[in-house]
Amino acid sequence: MSRRRETLLTLPSLAWMLVFFAIPAGLVVAMAFRPSDLRGGAGEGWTLETLRTVARADYLPVVWRTVWMSAATTALCVTIALPVAFHLVRVAELWRRMLLLLIIVPFLTNFIIRVFAWKSLLHPEGLLTQALVRGGVVAEDALLLNNAGAVLLVLVYTHLPFAILPLYAAAEKFEMPLLDAARDLGAGPLRALAGVWLPGVRRGIVSACIMVFVCTLGQYVIPQFVGGPQDEMLGNKITQRAFGDRNLPHASALAACLLMAVLVPMLLTALWRRARGKEAVS
Amino acid sequence: MDDFLVIEKVTKRFGAVRAVDCITLRIACGESFSLLGPSGCGKTTLLRMIAGFERPDEGRILLEGEDITTLPPERRPVNTVFQNYALFPHLSVEENIGFGLKMAGVERGEARQRVARMLELVKMQDQRAKRPAQLSGGQKQRVAIARALVNQPRVLLLDEPLAALDLKLRQHMLGELHAIHQEVGTTFIYVTHDQGEAISLSDRIAVLNAGRVEQVDTPARLYEAPGSHFVAAFVGDANFLPARVLEVRHEGYVRVACEELGNPLACTALPLSAGQQARLMVRPEKLLITRERPEAGERVNVWAGTITDVTYFGAYLRFVVQAGETALLVQMANNRFASSGTVPGRGERVYVSFHPEEARVVAADSQG
Repeated sequence: MSRRRETLLTLPSLAWMLVFFAIPAGLVVAMAFRPSDLRGGAGEGWTLETLRTVARADYLPVVWRTVWMSAATTALCVTIALPVAFHLVRVAELWRRMLLLLIIVPFLTNFIIRVFAWKSLLHPEGLLTQALVRGGVVAEDALLLNNAGAVLLVLVYTHLPFAILPLYAAAEKFEMPLLDAARDLGAGPLRALAGVWLPGVRRGIVSACIMVFVCTLGQYVIPQFVGGPQDEMLGNKITQRAFGDRNLPHASALAACLLMAVLVPMLLTALWRRARGKEAVS
Repeated sequence: MDDFLVIEKVTKRFGAVRAVDCITLRIACGESFSLLGPSGCGKTTLLRMIAGFERPDEGRILLEGEDITTLPPERRPVNTVFQNYALFPHLSVEENIGFGLKMAGVERGEARQRVARMLELVKMQDQRAKRPAQLSGGQKQRVAIARALVNQPRVLLLDEPLAALDLKLRQHMLGELHAIHQEVGTTFIYVTHDQGEAISLSDRIAVLNAGRVEQVDTPARLYEAPGSHFVAAFVGDANFLPARVLEVRHEGYVRVACEELGNPLACTALPLSAGQQARLMVRPEKLLITRERPEAGERVNVWAGTITDVTYFGAYLRFVVQAGETALLVQMANNRFASSGTVPGRGERVYVSFHPEEARVVAADSQG
C-alpha cells in the first residue's frame, strides 16, 4: 500500500480525533490561562493567576486519594478479570456468548441508574445490607454507604468490563497448547499460568490497566453518590469549581492537570513500545 | 525388553464416541515407534494420554514397570514435540530450550551446558538469541525437538511434527529426525497420518483405525503383508479385486476366482477356506506391463487389458489399464522401458502380469 493511500485511509479517524479530542482538549488547556469572571465565564486576556491559585490551594490530599483509588480499582479489576478472561475462552461457545452478554448488558443501562441501584442496595435499609446483617456477615449498625469502601466497590463494579474485555481479547489470541507445553516441560498448573499465560496476555493486561486507571481518574459521580465528604476525588473538585463556584478557568486548570497526568505516561509508553518493537524486529 | 512402555487395554471416550477403544501396545526401549492412521483414528488422543494431558477411562499405562496412568504431565519422564511446535513466543531460543531445566531446578551452569549441547545437536547455535517469531518453520521444529530432548526424557512423543512444513523441508527434516534418533537413542513415539513419514522413520508402526489397532508391524511387513484391507489401502497404493477362495494350498498359497480376470494364485497370512469371499490386493509397482504375452507358467498370473491413461512422474510412470470391468493401477520405473525403446501409450493392448508372492489375499469384511 502506498504512503498516500495510507494517509488517506487514516484521515477519517484523524479528523474524528481532531474534532472530538484535540480541539476540546486544547480549549480546556487554553481556558486555564484565562482570568476568572465573576459572572461564571472566562474573562478577557491571558494570565497565569489561575494556575497560581490552583497551586496555592491544597489539592495534594485529593490528588493522592484520586491516584490511590484509581490504582486500587485498577489492581482489583485486573485481578478479577484475569481468571474471568481465562475461563471465558475455555468454556463452550454457547456459555461464552451468554457470559459475555451478562458482562456487556448492564452497560446498556444508564450509568446513573446503576449507581443509584448500588446506593439503594448499600443503604442501611437496602437489600444487600439487610441480607448481610441477617447472614451475620456485618454488624447490625454497619454503614456500608458513604465511605471509601463503597466508592471502591462501585468503582470496581463499573470498570470491570473495561478490564475483562481487553483481557478476553488477548486471552482469545493466546495459543492454549502453550500451556500444555509448559506442563509437559515440568511446570505445575499455577507455574504454567504465571510463566506462560500471563506473559502471553501482557498486552491485554497493559490495555486493561490503562482503560480502568484512566477512566477511574476522572470519576466524580460515584464518589459523590456513594462516598462521604472525605472520599472526594479530583473529578469532584473540578465539578465544584465549574458548577458550584462558576470558576471555569480554575476548573479547566485542574482538568488540564488531570489530562496531562494521563497523556504524558501514555505517550511515554507508546514511545517505549515503539522503541522495543523496532529492537525486536532488527 | 519389549515392556519398556506398555499401554494396557486403554479406552478413552468423548461423549458417546470411543476415541481410543481398548488398545494394547508394547513398545521397546530405544525403539522408533509410529502411530499411523487417518484423522479421528485416536492416535493423537493416545499420544495425549501417554503425555498425561488426558486420562484413560479404562486401562493402564506403564513406563518401565511403573504405573503412570494418573500422573500429571509435569511429573512424567516424557516430553512432547507439539504439532505447530508450541514454542513460547516471549522467550528466546535459548530460554525456550532451557525452560524444562529451569522448572526441574537444574543448577544454572549445568543447564547452560546442556542447552549448548542441544543447540549443537540441532545446529541452532547461531540462532540462540532469536525469538520464535523470527525463525523459519524448520528452525522452529529443531528448537521444539531440542526443548523436549534437553530434559533427557525416557520417551519422546512427536505429534505430527512435520505437518506444518513444505514438502522439500519435510523430506530434509525426516532425515534429521532419523539422525537425531540414532544419536540420542531415546524411545520415539511418532504420531502421523502420513504413511511415507511413518515408513521411513519407524522400527515398527501401529496402524490405527476408528480407535482400534489394525496391525502392529515393521514398515516392510505392513507394506508387503498387510493383514487387512484397511492397512493395505492406508499404507501405500493398492489394487483391490473382489475374489472368492477356490483352493488353499500349502505354504500360504491360495487360488482365487476373480470373475472375468480368471483364477490367479496369490499369498495370504489369513486362515482361509475354500468358498470364502475375500479381496485380492496387488501393489501398482508389482504389476508388470508387457506388449508380448509373458510365458504363463504355473506361478505367473497374466491379465490382458487396454491402457486408458498414462501419467509421467519422472522417475516412474503410472498407467491405468482397463482389464474387463476392472481398472488396474500400474506403476513402472522409467528405465524398465529402456530396452524396448518406447513407452506403451493410451489405447494400446498390453499384458499385465505378476507373481503369486506379489499379491495378497486380505479379508473382505474389514471396512475402509
